[in-house]
Amino acid sequence: MSDGLLEYPRRHYGMDHDRYEWSMLQDRKPVTWPGGKPLALWINISLQHFPLSGDKPAVPPPGALTMPYPDLRHYTLRDYGNRVGIYRLLKLMAEYEASPSLAISGALAERYPQLLARLAQTPYEWLGHGWSMLCMHAGEVDADTEAGWIADSRQALEQFTDRPIKGWLSPGRLQTANTPELLVKNGFTYQCDWVNDELPYTFKTTEGDMTCLPSCLELDDVFVLTQNLHSEDSFAQQVIDAVDLLISEGREQGGRMLALNLHPWLVGQPHRVRTVREILEALLVARGEAIWHASPTSIIEAASA
Amino acid sequence: MSGSTQNAELELYEYNPYEGRPKIEWPNGARLAFWVAPNIEFYELDPPTNPHRKPWPHPYPAVPGYSIRDYGNRVGHQRQMAVLDKYGVRGSISLSAALCEHHPEIIALCAERDWEFFSHGIYNTRYTYGLTEDQEREMIEDAMATIERAVGQRPAGYLAPALSHSNHTIDLFAEAGGRYTCDLFHDDQPTWVKTRSGKPFVSIPYSLELNDTIAYVVQKMEPRRYGEIIRRAFDQLYAEGAESGTVMCIPTHNYQVSCPHRLRAFEEALEYITGHSDVWVTTGREIAEYSLSHLQEQIGGGTESAT
Repeated sequence: MSDGLLEYPRRHYGMDHDRYEWSMLQDRKPVTWPGGKPLALWINISLQHFPLSGDKPAVPPPGALTMPYPDLRHYTLRDYGNRVGIYRLLKLMAEYEASPSLAISGALAERYPQLLARLAQTPYEWLGHGWSMLCMHAGEVDADTEAGWIADSRQALEQFTDRPIKGWLSPGRLQTANTPELLVKNGFTYQCDWVNDELPYTFKTTEGDMTCLPSCLELDDVFVLTQNLHSEDSFAQQVIDAVDLLISEGREQGGRMLALNLHPWLVGQPHRVRTVREILEALLVARGEAIWHASPTSIIEAASA
Repeated sequence: MSGSTQNAELELYEYNPYEGRPKIEWPNGARLAFWVAPNIEFYELDPPTNPHRKPWPHPYPAVPGYSIRDYGNRVGHQRQMAVLDKYGVRGSISLSAALCEHHPEIIALCAERDWEFFSHGIYNTRYTYGLTEDQEREMIEDAMATIERAVGQRPAGYLAPALSHSNHTIDLFAEAGGRYTCDLFHDDQPTWVKTRSGKPFVSIPYSLELNDTIAYVVQKMEPRRYGEIIRRAFDQLYAEGAESGTVMCIPTHNYQVSCPHRLRAFEEALEYITGHSDVWVTTGREIAEYSLSHLQEQIGGGTESAT
């Protein structure tokens, strides 16, 4: 029963896998952001389709439907984000001249072309976000099926934009052992699923290197508000506390980055959207002197300069 | 610990009510012995299957769980270390011994600061469950020898990996030369622990209630509330320490407490605690050695305790 429990084939210097090199943030050559600002701010808005289906995802992502079919309650609450919530956020982002990226379920391009056409009018960078929140890149899914999801996601979004789609955020930030290779094969140059750093770094695949631009789960709106059940005011406070700490570190040690992930179906609700306004006000206005707010591609390019 | 069946009651310590105990006096008249125990852990991406416990909630590769723990070592460690430096706290590290091999840079930074290293097993993805007594002895010795090779200091303390225990764990650790355990949560003062070898051995309070991972992951606390409960615990233990010395530990994890939205709460709590005059800011080992050499009677020491 205990065979192998005391064997350690990967007990050696560095990581116990071959995806990236081990290094500590504070030991690297300091990063300088444009204008010498101490903190880069990346805001991502995830537009998600949760299919009305009796099928259960391999691993349920945050926000997954939970009730017996037809789970109208959760389906429509998530759909709210794509009908109402996103438009509130787009208005706010425009008001604050913010430049969020948009991670978009491929299925939305098929279901709601009007939404995609509206998103294409913004200057915001798009990321692949899987086909839907039912197609989880996890566990036993075979490589051909997964390759199909990734290719379909890209093609669906590309019907609406001529700008390159380089980035990827998996549903639930999950990956299979094949995901990184399949992403590179499908033309993605960066992914955001590994939350292990606060700066971009090189991620190795057998199809060539890509970049990992780490997103942040611990400050994700869904994580803070629906899993931790913290208040909206606390969410804003936590984001501001994080920013103040990173600005201070950035001044002393070299550029830092904050990744903030928002979901229209959650913070697009009328009682929550003012929290997004408070965050934008605190970051982009009150701390505007210290913050370089930029697209993911701009951040990756500046970090590698 | 007697018996190896799965219904043997705990016999590691005597019942000893909090009221009426002989007085504990800490060095220099301190009321409270304060220590911080950063857990510095390595979780494997692909550990062998242990039928008793799954290491990850997600199928391989468990990117969410693995990558946030890696964040702790890549980003969080130095951030927490800077705060401990600022308040003059030497960490008592609960160490996955294999980290000496994976990340020797972290070990060097802690050794430079004269921090204590105690054993937390080989990896936090390798459990005591399912090991025979001989295998567990081998694992305990491997961890102690690995840490001793890396830092020239044989660990005095043990927090079993991922808090996984057998009925032999504490006996085996005492026999391997250990002096104290962090695995028992029954008290706010040191307790003499009866092991089968009769060697002097003590339980040092290591709080699960103030553990950042319990606070943030299990209790899902807001960061500022975590800072608040630490201060409340301190106020109570400091007041009681005027009558008889108490122990307070803050166990941390570099992937929890060091997140940028949380560090401030921890820092404010440290500032508050170290701003009091009658606090002995120390390490787990120093509390254990002081207790075993000066406080045998107060902590319920046995007669077979000659070293």
